[in-house]
Amino acid sequence: MPVFEYAPAPESRAIANLKDSYKPFVNGEFVDGSGEPLKTVNPATEEVLAEVGTASKSDVDIAVKAARKAYTSVWSKMPGTERAKYLFRIARLIQERSRELAVLESLDNGKPIKESRDSDVPTAAAHFFYHAGWADKLAYAGYGPDPRPLGVAGQIIPWNFPLLMLAWKIAPALATGNTVVLKPAETTPLTALVFAEICQQAELPPGVVNILPGAGDIGASIVEHTDIDKIAFTGSTEVGKAIQRQVAGTAKKLTLELGGKAANIVFEDAPLDQAVEGIVNGIFFNQGHVCCAGSRLLVQESVAEEVLEKLRYRVSTLRIGDPLDKNTDIGAINSAEQLAKIRGLVESGDAEGAQRWTSPCPVPDRGFFFAPTVFANVQQSMRIAREEIFGPVLSVLTFRTPDEAVAKANNTPYGLSAGIWTEKGSRILWMANQLRAGVVWANTFNRFDPAAPFGGYQESGFGREGGRTGLEAYLSV
Amino acid sequence: MTATTSTSAAPATPAPLVDATRDDASLRRFLLGLPGVDQVGVEQRAAGLGTRSIKKDAKRWAIDTAISMVDLTTLEGADTQGKVRALAAKAVRPDPERQDTPRVAAVCVYPDMVATAVEALQGSGVHVASVATGFPAGRTSREIKLADTKIAVDAGAHEVDMVIDRGAFLEGRYMAVFEEIQAIKAACGDAHLKVILETGELATYDNVRRASWLALLAGGDFIKTSTGKVSPAATLPVTHIMLQAVHDWHVTTGELRGVKPAGGIRTTKDAIKYLVAVHEVAGEPWLTPDLFRFGASSLLNDLLLQRRTQVDGHYSGPDYVTVD
Repeated sequence: MPVFEYAPAPESRAIANLKDSYKPFVNGEFVDGSGEPLKTVNPATEEVLAEVGTASKSDVDIAVKAARKAYTSVWSKMPGTERAKYLFRIARLIQERSRELAVLESLDNGKPIKESRDSDVPTAAAHFFYHAGWADKLAYAGYGPDPRPLGVAGQIIPWNFPLLMLAWKIAPALATGNTVVLKPAETTPLTALVFAEICQQAELPPGVVNILPGAGDIGASIVEHTDIDKIAFTGSTEVGKAIQRQVAGTAKKLTLELGGKAANIVFEDAPLDQAVEGIVNGIFFNQGHVCCAGSRLLVQESVAEEVLEKLRYRVSTLRIGDPLDKNTDIGAINSAEQLAKIRGLVESGDAEGAQRWTSPCPVPDRGFFFAPTVFANVQQSMRIAREEIFGPVLSVLTFRTPDEAVAKANNTPYGLSAGIWTEKGSRILWMANQLRAGVVWANTFNRFDPAAPFGGYQESGFGREGGRTGLEAYLSV
Repeated sequence: MTATTSTSAAPATPAPLVDATRDDASLRRFLLGLPGVDQVGVEQRAAGLGTRSIKKDAKRWAIDTAISMVDLTTLEGADTQGKVRALAAKAVRPDPERQDTPRVAAVCVYPDMVATAVEALQGSGVHVASVATGFPAGRTSREIKLADTKIAVDAGAHEVDMVIDRGAFLEGRYMAVFEEIQAIKAACGDAHLKVILETGELATYDNVRRASWLALLAGGDFIKTSTGKVSPAATLPVTHIMLQAVHDWHVTTGELRGVKPAGGIRTTKDAIKYLVAVHEVAGEPWLTPDLFRFGASSLLNDLLLQRRTQVDGHYSGPDYVTVD
């Protein structure tokens, strides 16, 4: 019996205003989709949350037509100052409804409420505020005196940060004068449909934003639709490659934000206790369902034992459980399918001889949960060092010299992010120049800001989201 | 559980660290070789722990535990025997109408008030702590500091709260600070020694970490943040670093040493944040008055008010706790 047992402190489920059914949002209205309805599940309890109407191929066509009409008749003609007002309004409405969105996100996705409340929802609002500021300043963004929008953007987003990824996609598209057809992930459509309500509340002109829940086939219909000018996709590398093949030879512009296997590199002169925090945040934030997760820890051999000892102690204090409990650090894995994938890769780690340590924390017996796991003695040749696990599983490797750290960090087909931990400023700059990764964090990890461009190298995709650079993806330049 | 074994001679440095204190140069190398503290990182972590939501049974337990950890303090030029007696009475029965309220850990006074406090607390189980060594500045000679300590101990103090020589520390004369702590420790006899780092004057988190290790190496039973006379006094990030130090000390030597944040902790909400940090940074063994104290005066009344609110189900108001 623990001495200091935290009593459950759950956020009320009622705040989510959960409805029995949700519908696709087309041309400013919620419509009956002609696809087979899907049931979205609470991954923490395996209970059905709601039935969600889905789109069919013909609905995609209707949505694209609505988006085209809104583009040509209203949105592309509207002065940036006016577009900005809508974006500011949406940002404020996200803030006003932040508790509702946070609870709904945690119910549908399984992420802990402290993350949806303190990270996902505020950052989503921040993206709309930031891009609202750009809407009337595009002439000063460095893309010529009068950069033009592309037209209709087809956007497909993943389940790990449902509302935040929506914001990353929709905010820059609208700020630059494009209209949008967006497909949320099959397992997490709910906050996107509440966002559709926010668009109505903000009196956004009909057709500017269309949201079509559905499975991968609807994503494919969006990608192959001939009247779409731009595809933006965040998700797996496998699907990203398929999209690129489909788009090849068309006039569609494409940005892809795909998988990652980021190295988090700890030097012997690092602030070790804060490095441990950064390692924990890097791999256990959002149950490790983060494309830029620091899933490979590269630690200098001279401090490896010390770091691992501190890390195990720290990880054992993480609290896994009900995502709605304000004291939960690690919530539920989003789906049974993802849980099976994590288990499979962990078994491969055992089989290939890595040394597994699992946090002794109690794990709920219902729902999709996976206890935080750290693999020591991992070698570059093992699957757990090469493949994206997308779960709360850390692979620890060691290095001897800075050159070896760079070589090992770059030895991956991915290249989305990296972390450097050292108190030596010159080494941070030298390393950052050597690392092939879109984002390099120094003495921190998983920090996001709408002003900072985000994107990858190689199989992590191309194009940037956020900042001035991110505008380019939605402008004809 | 007692914090450490007590000896009248200066305690021996634990075996794994014996090299660290061999001479001035070794000590300097050891302290400067400790891993740095990243300011942004530690402040972020401390703030993150501050968002823990402690409710219901957990809150009741935390309030009672916090009360039992209070070093009820009066350190004013205007202190009188009457004031000290009033405080002693409060320490033994913090809430006269709620006999199940735990008593506090200690009453903390200046050396010349120790005899009064000892007499008033006779047989109560509440300790008497005395500040010493030229508190709060400590800008006086070694002889006077030792005499100050002796006066407190001879008058019956169970605990001595000394201040380190911040001037020497900031000059990099670590061995001077070390030897002084050892000398005071020896003068304490059986009394427990709390070493006040006065973190508000050390300024950087790196310094707080070095001073913590220095005090632990020299035999301090507790490391304490502040005198309460300098702002900022106790903060969560500073306490976080000190809790890490005692945790790491335990890992290295097997010994349990204590931490005492003092000054500026006035509300139950704050106290609970500190207890969460004790729990998650140092660890469960530190959740006892033997290893964690709050140096405070006004905190106790807020704890009592919140305790009543938890027990009665409604707020009562400041007129229902005693003003001493």
